[in-house]
Amino acid sequence: MPPAVVLVTGVSRWLGGALAAELAADAGLERVIGVDTVPPAPNILRRLGRTEFVRADIRSPLIAKVIESASVDTVVHMNITATPGAAGGRDPMKELNVIGSMQLLAACQRASSVRRFVLKSTSAVYGASPRDPAIFTEAMQARRMPRGGFGRDSLDIEGYVRSFARRRPDVAVAVLRFTHVIGPRIDSLLAGYLRLPVVPTLLGHDARLQLLHEEDALAVLTRAATGDFAGTVNVGAPGTVLLSQAIRRLGRVAAPVPGPAIGPLSRLTRATAVADWSREQVELLHSGRVLDTRVLREEFGLTPRFTTSAALDDYARTLAPVIAPELVGSVTGGAQSVVGRVAEGVATGRSLFRRRGDAPVVPGLRAVRDL
Amino acid sequence: MPEARVIPLRPEDDPAAPPPATDWDEQVSRALEFVRRRVTGDYDTDEFGFDPDLTDHVLLPALRPLFSRWFRVETQGLANVPDIGGALLVANHSGTIPMDALMATVALHDEHPASRRLRLLGADLVFQLPLLGALARKMGTTLACNEDAERLLRAGELVGVFPEGFKGVGKPFSERYTLQRFGRGGFVTAALRTGAPIVPCAIVGAEEIYPMIGNAKTAARLLGLPYFPITPTFPLLGPLGAVPLPSKWFIAFGEPIETASYGPAAADDPMVVFNLTDQVRETIQHSLYRLLLQRRSVFS
Repeated sequence: MPPAVVLVTGVSRWLGGALAAELAADAGLERVIGVDTVPPAPNILRRLGRTEFVRADIRSPLIAKVIESASVDTVVHMNITATPGAAGGRDPMKELNVIGSMQLLAACQRASSVRRFVLKSTSAVYGASPRDPAIFTEAMQARRMPRGGFGRDSLDIEGYVRSFARRRPDVAVAVLRFTHVIGPRIDSLLAGYLRLPVVPTLLGHDARLQLLHEEDALAVLTRAATGDFAGTVNVGAPGTVLLSQAIRRLGRVAAPVPGPAIGPLSRLTRATAVADWSREQVELLHSGRVLDTRVLREEFGLTPRFTTSAALDDYARTLAPVIAPELVGSVTGGAQSVVGRVAEGVATGRSLFRRRGDAPVVPGLRAVRDL
Repeated sequence: MPEARVIPLRPEDDPAAPPPATDWDEQVSRALEFVRRRVTGDYDTDEFGFDPDLTDHVLLPALRPLFSRWFRVETQGLANVPDIGGALLVANHSGTIPMDALMATVALHDEHPASRRLRLLGADLVFQLPLLGALARKMGTTLACNEDAERLLRAGELVGVFPEGFKGVGKPFSERYTLQRFGRGGFVTAALRTGAPIVPCAIVGAEEIYPMIGNAKTAARLLGLPYFPITPTFPLLGPLGAVPLPSKWFIAFGEPIETASYGPAAADDPMVVFNLTDQVRETIQHSLYRLLLQRRSVFS
């Protein structure tokens, strides 16, 4: 049964807004309700179309009234903050993430109209440690508990969602574990990090990165909201790149920083509002994390259009490279042609020299040398 | 009798001879192209972090002189390694530093007719260490766990494993060429689940490169290492002690032991797993003894 009334939380951010806009464009849907604590930015608001925006904190009981009165049948929960900076500190972040999700789930459990619950989770629930297998499937668990706030919050939220699914077996629950979403428009964490002209990396480590293009992320969310998939699925693009490789492809300069210095540095950049990245992201840079996407392709039924490198290339279009690849190409190309010319010169010089030194060539007579 | 080779005395007389080869400029040109690829990130890596471009152009060339000049590695039974498809190479481990793994990689890439890449499985300690861990991944190594091993085998890769682990590399010189315990047989279950054949491999020569006559346990504990080697030259001679002794090496690949007929369910049968583990272990031990008898002395 296709949904009629969809509620999207976290609609003021790019991906939430884009999903609401996409759903609003679908004439089959009766109503689309967007919820967030802050009003959407003008550029997002313009796209929202017939989406009804409700400014509400999902931590307040108001959300229950919205769900009840509009008889919402599908809830897409994507109001989970990844960095303390965006929420105003680690405590408000945890409050918003965990308590907010609990309130939302409590409201959904009460509302008999809810038929479907989609959680935008994250691959951070797998943690990142050198003892991890190279590729995670949905059935695997973190070998070491994620140390960062975002990963722990996400694990908690997934736990609450699972218990909600047990209490309301009639609700189809889809948990989508997203890798890093990147693209020209989205303001994701990794996008901000890779936008730095000099990118601090962890000395002696080179993480494998799996990305997802924003359009594919949107397609997955739309399908999850309107389709009938229930269960947990890893969402990521095919292929991986190494962090060093991504930095080079974007024309950035990597600045390897020794492990102990990375904490103070991240605090400094956050304090000076250069970039908002936490220790957790840095730990991810330690070993990286790659998801197995067989379930996405075969059971969920969607193959991302962009591979990891294609997504990276698309993102690169929006950046002015610090080291332009054309420049590198022309420098090495120039050097190659110089080498070629020198080699030619040497070869002609040598042949001239040889011609003078050797005996005259007599046709039909082979040179024989006494040994 | 091999046919006599014709050595042209004056190549320019021969009309079929190619124009004078200017070797160095091609090499410089290729190096420049490599630099361009590296600076702009224009190369491919796989999901395990394997970087074939770096491996082929930097890491393998760096190891080749050690392989052919220093250790003068001789290979036997390369035909036992299948040309295509997944296979599990199981070898003895020794030498204080896992040089044997690197030499086996070079042997299979350079001397096997299908130029097979050996995808090694390494201990988690390797991936905790900065630089070394990243480099190991770029060479195609991944963590020694069943998930990764099975994924590689299913993808048709040749996977190399050293079941002795640190017990093998870090054993004292007096115990050379005696195989240590083979762990819990995790490698056998990986082969059984994927139906990949097991190729037993014996490496002779690695034991003598850094003869470990002592183990500084306190230093090892402080550094968080499984052992801290003391060899006749290390740490006595400082960095000079890092030069391996030029022992003569043999790498012998034994006949493959097929596992597909047991079926994937056999991976949960401890009896099958233990029997296969013992069979592989015995085979490797016998080939070690055979190779040791063939060897005239340690250094020739």
